Amino acid sequence: MSEWRLYEVFVRSKHGLNHKHVGSVHASDAEMAMENARDLYTRRNEGVSIWVVPSDTITASASDEKEVLFDPSEDKIYRHASFYELPDEVGHM
Amino acid sequence: MYAQLVETGAKRLKTMEEMSPEEREFQEKVDAETKIEPKNWMPEGYRKTLVRQISQHAHSEVVGMLPEGNWVTRAPTLKRKLQLMAKIQDEAGHGLYLYSAMETLGADRDEEIEKLHQGKAKYSSIFNYPTLNWADMGAVGWLVDGAAIVNQVVLQRTSYGPYSRAMVRICKEESFHQRQGYQILLDMMREGTEEQKAMVQDAINRLWWPALMMFGPHDDESPNSQQSMAWKIKRKSNDELRQMFIDQTIPQLEFLGCTAPDPDLKWNEETGHYDFGEINWQEFYDVLKGNGPCNRERINTRKKAIDEGAWVREAAVAYAKKQKQRAQAA
Repeated sequence: MSEWRLYEVFVRSKHGLNHKHVGSVHASDAEMAMENARDLYTRRNEGVSIWVVPSDTITASASDEKEVLFDPSEDKIYRHASFYELPDEVGHM
Repeated sequence: MYAQLVETGAKRLKTMEEMSPEEREFQEKVDAETKIEPKNWMPEGYRKTLVRQISQHAHSEVVGMLPEGNWVTRAPTLKRKLQLMAKIQDEAGHGLYLYSAMETLGADRDEEIEKLHQGKAKYSSIFNYPTLNWADMGAVGWLVDGAAIVNQVVLQRTSYGPYSRAMVRICKEESFHQRQGYQILLDMMREGTEEQKAMVQDAINRLWWPALMMFGPHDDESPNSQQSMAWKIKRKSNDELRQMFIDQTIPQLEFLGCTAPDPDLKWNEETGHYDFGEINWQEFYDVLKGNGPCNRERINTRKKAIDEGAWVREAAVAYAKKQKQRAQAA
């Protein structure tokens, strides 16, 4: 089965929600990946839509890049609503 | 427990001072309950232990389909047959979730399955016992899946992210298995003939001790446990899990109106737990070494399934190639 391509599976659990990664399947082509994903990840009404994506086409950030990628946003607290204090009299905003 | 005696390669635990900076950082992360993900640095021993444990767990799910497969064509009603097939399909699914989790560690599914077929990889000792009467389907669901749930609920908190997430999915599905098993037995005890009731007790007599063995050897006989616990691959010791299982199962056993084949089993007011007799460890090690009642039959059935299905896999690859060529030509 190693010669079969690995696909990552994303399932939309309900209308209106995002597709969410649920796992992976091996398959000889995309059609079989879809069938396998259906059998494996939606046996109990877990979803209304499935995406299958060849794993080797995904570009992922590396864990050692974490600082480079995410640190710059850490000190920009002014990007959060809670940074702006308003008097109580203004009420909910 | 679907993984027993998982080798960690560690003779004793390293202290923080003895660890390399990377190992120390890793251990601190584990101690802080931060999940380890596939791309994170991890000690080679951690990776190998996980591959062993997860593959053993996956093999157990897959081999675990066989004792039940025996009863698909013999189920007493269409309803029971459908339930049994749904349970078996779940087990195939659980095997696949686990193989996927294992592959995130760089292990190859085919290679690990080949190790199983060569007798180099283990699977849970429980599946080497035969399923002799219909009540065995009830007792397997109730006791074997019940023991697996006790173990797997705790493993949802295991330190390796993909393994933990597979466990969450599996636990959601597993309670159906236990309840359908218990209901089979309840029906037989409530509405069955004397002969059918005797079948229930017979199934419990045969599967009781093997179910307790699923949790593995005593903590002091389990040299790998300490390292697995430090890495938080394991979250509770074998004996703790076994006790939890017994404490929750005895009231269910009494409700059925059945008994356990253990004269030493009794409630201990002082400890608030049940005391129970000693497991026949010689039998446990014999079965694990390959000399249980069904070891050879199970592996032969697995090999036959893989070999006889080879043409289907080859045809699928050939079909995919042809479709691709056609698409390129068009």
